[in-house]
Amino acid sequence: MNSEQGRPPRRLRSAHSSLAAHGEPLVWLTGGALALAIAMISGLLAFIAVRGAATFWPVPLVELELADGRRVLGEVTGRERVAAVDGREAFGRTLLKTATFEVTGNHYEWFDDPRVARIVQPEWATAVERLEGGRFHGLPLRLVHGDKTVAEGAELAWREFERIQPAVRRRVREAVRIDRHDRGVLQRQLRAARLGVVQADLRSGRDSVAYGAAVREEQAVTARVHERSALLDAETTQLRGENAGWGFEFEAAGGETRVIPLEQIVRAWQPNRLSTMGKLGVYLGRWWEFLTDDPREANSAGGVFPAIWGTVAMTLIMALLVAPFGMLAALYLREYASRGPVTTAVRIAINNLAGVPSIVYGAFGLGFFCYVFGAGIDEVFFRSALVADNQPTFGTGGLLWASLTLALLTLPVVIVATEEALSAVPNSMREGSYACGAGKWQTIRRIVLPRALPGIMTGLILAMARGAGEVAPLMLVGVKKLALDLPIDGTFPFVHPEREFMHLAYLIYDVGFQSPNSQAAQPMVFTITFLLVAIIALLNVAAIWLRSRLKRRYVMQQF
Amino acid sequence: MQVFTDSSPAGSQGSRTPAGDPPADRLLAVAAGREVAAEVHDRVLAETPVLEIDRFNLWYGSKQALHAITMPVPHNKVTALVGPSGCGKSTLLRSVNRLNDLVQNVRITGDMRLSGDSIYDPRMDVIELRKRMGMVFQKPNPFPMSIYENVVYALRIDGENSRAVLDEVCELSLRGAALWDEVKDRLHDSALGLSGGQQQRLCIARAIAAEPEVLLLDEPCSALDPIATGKVEDLIQELRGRYSVLIVTHNMQQASRTSDYTAFMYLGRLIEYGPTTEIFTKPILRETEAYVTGRFG
Repeated sequence: MNSEQGRPPRRLRSAHSSLAAHGEPLVWLTGGALALAIAMISGLLAFIAVRGAATFWPVPLVELELADGRRVLGEVTGRERVAAVDGREAFGRTLLKTATFEVTGNHYEWFDDPRVARIVQPEWATAVERLEGGRFHGLPLRLVHGDKTVAEGAELAWREFERIQPAVRRRVREAVRIDRHDRGVLQRQLRAARLGVVQADLRSGRDSVAYGAAVREEQAVTARVHERSALLDAETTQLRGENAGWGFEFEAAGGETRVIPLEQIVRAWQPNRLSTMGKLGVYLGRWWEFLTDDPREANSAGGVFPAIWGTVAMTLIMALLVAPFGMLAALYLREYASRGPVTTAVRIAINNLAGVPSIVYGAFGLGFFCYVFGAGIDEVFFRSALVADNQPTFGTGGLLWASLTLALLTLPVVIVATEEALSAVPNSMREGSYACGAGKWQTIRRIVLPRALPGIMTGLILAMARGAGEVAPLMLVGVKKLALDLPIDGTFPFVHPEREFMHLAYLIYDVGFQSPNSQAAQPMVFTITFLLVAIIALLNVAAIWLRSRLKRRYVMQQF
Repeated sequence: MQVFTDSSPAGSQGSRTPAGDPPADRLLAVAAGREVAAEVHDRVLAETPVLEIDRFNLWYGSKQALHAITMPVPHNKVTALVGPSGCGKSTLLRSVNRLNDLVQNVRITGDMRLSGDSIYDPRMDVIELRKRMGMVFQKPNPFPMSIYENVVYALRIDGENSRAVLDEVCELSLRGAALWDEVKDRLHDSALGLSGGQQQRLCIARAIAAEPEVLLLDEPCSALDPIATGKVEDLIQELRGRYSVLIVTHNMQQASRTSDYTAFMYLGRLIEYGPTTEIFTKPILRETEAYVTGRFG
């Protein structure tokens, strides 16, 4: 083009000479980082989900006949190869969940392939889950009642068992309910009457009319409780009597026979005979038990209902406590405080609080909430319990103190997020409101807060996710290995925020690392983890749904 | 009309005087920091003022933004403030309803009087004062609530809860802002769903809902497209005679079309103030003419 001016056109550098100019390496770098992050997170979640969801699926029972004639019955839970060493050839081996501890002396055992002579899947092999003693694997022989055989042979016995079992199970549950609930109510009535006497003594002395009345009241209550207690005794004796004598005789794989009392059997299934639908039924039944029952056998079996309850209640109470605190603090910091070195220092301090180890919050919660605050409440309102039983009511760990501690822990998150949300509200809106003659608080309440609410909700969601997964501080302020009394029940005053509670995250630690048989508990750990993640996800989804509703209402912009 | 032969040289803020005239340039004098008396036409002084600005000075920190502004704003007339960017028009407007109180490090001397009441009197309740004025901003700023609630906002915060009163005010204000027919069927929808022009008229409806003594418009059309601008300008025409309006604008045509009086400001000083027709056709000062005809600024 420029040839007529006698100057060659300026040559552009080759497009390939500078990758940096095109930016492709950066696209790959940033995209790769995101892909790696997603891969790690989804890998972890998928691992937990698969392992957690698989726990309750009925696995076929296989019988191994070993070269030495020994026979074992169990679920295959692992395979591995043993490398060749010193002239010995490589071979495979199988990990079998043998269960039936009283016969095998083991829960799990490795079997080298060369030792195994024969593998069969006996049609009638039965897995029995018991109230105590763990899983039992065996072949059904007969159903007995006392000395009498009711049904002989695997097929008849099993059919009879399936007919009788629901009623037996119902009676067992009823007896447990009476023991745990009805008797608990009576115990509390007794204690209340006894503390009433102590209270009257403390308040008005032994010679007073009130003391006399309290003593008479206690006598009356005691009499009533004894009467009621005798009735309950009769009822449970009858229930247990009806169940007694029923037994299911099995042949364990070694040839030994065992009679398992029917009242001990939680559930039994024959995986080798089950159709897919039947397996699904067993699977869902075990999930249902897991979600709704109390734990058994040092938390390694049964359900986790109290822990679900405790986790959800604690998280919600924490959110209710932290939301107003955090919002008010952030409001002052952003809307009222004048900008200066002090505000900056406060802001930095709040950000630093987010980095304090959570166990420190736990120690603080124990030292301040339980031992100072709670002890003060006991001193004023629950003095009789302190004097009579030397037992603190609020002066020890409990649901309320745990929630407060976690609220404190998540406060920085909420404050920072709220401040961000407030500063994102355009100043033109504030000015518009002032120009209409609104005061500061009116502007904040009617304009700034509604507009900032979705952002504040984001902070709350983060805080909830952080709080629900926290364990360390909870161990100090109220989470227990076993606490079957829920903080809400039918006895006055119905809400008991001082009670200790169970928590899923602590259960993971307890079942996984504190249990005497951690290998047997491993599937349970995955299931609990899966459940905890699911519950947190559920809480978050609820909060996100709320946020999107608020956003539609307040922040929708047309431009 | 005088003809200017050359544009301003780079770096100089003043305009060139026409060839042959003595260099009596007030803008250069202002730029040099000298005191310059404002040219205020007699017809302005003959009007009854609703707002009197009296030797008003304002500093942001150590920087003086307004220099001894003295100007009456006539009752029930539209008064336009024009001048190049940074000349203090918006600052002056925001001083009238004391929005500048919210800015840190602002210091003022002098006073303003609204219907005779001193605005900067320490005993003046700022919130009560702002209720006597309405203000519309550059960018439409509807509140995140329904159209209805936007309009009656000033009444709501004043504690008015009677449905009948609120309904009546809402309709009157929206009709006053020429928006009623467009939104009457969706009063309870979010105001944020309106178009930009509608949002700005909504803001005007909100500003006139409390029957203000003065309506302050701060470049109300600068964020709008030409059609929406036309609608808002028509609206200002209609408000004329019913409200006292003080409008800041960058647009000379808008000032000449919509206002009764025009004040020309430069670097924080009032330069000339008179009836719009005179300011735009035969101003006293050549500098004013140079600005309004677009030869400088």
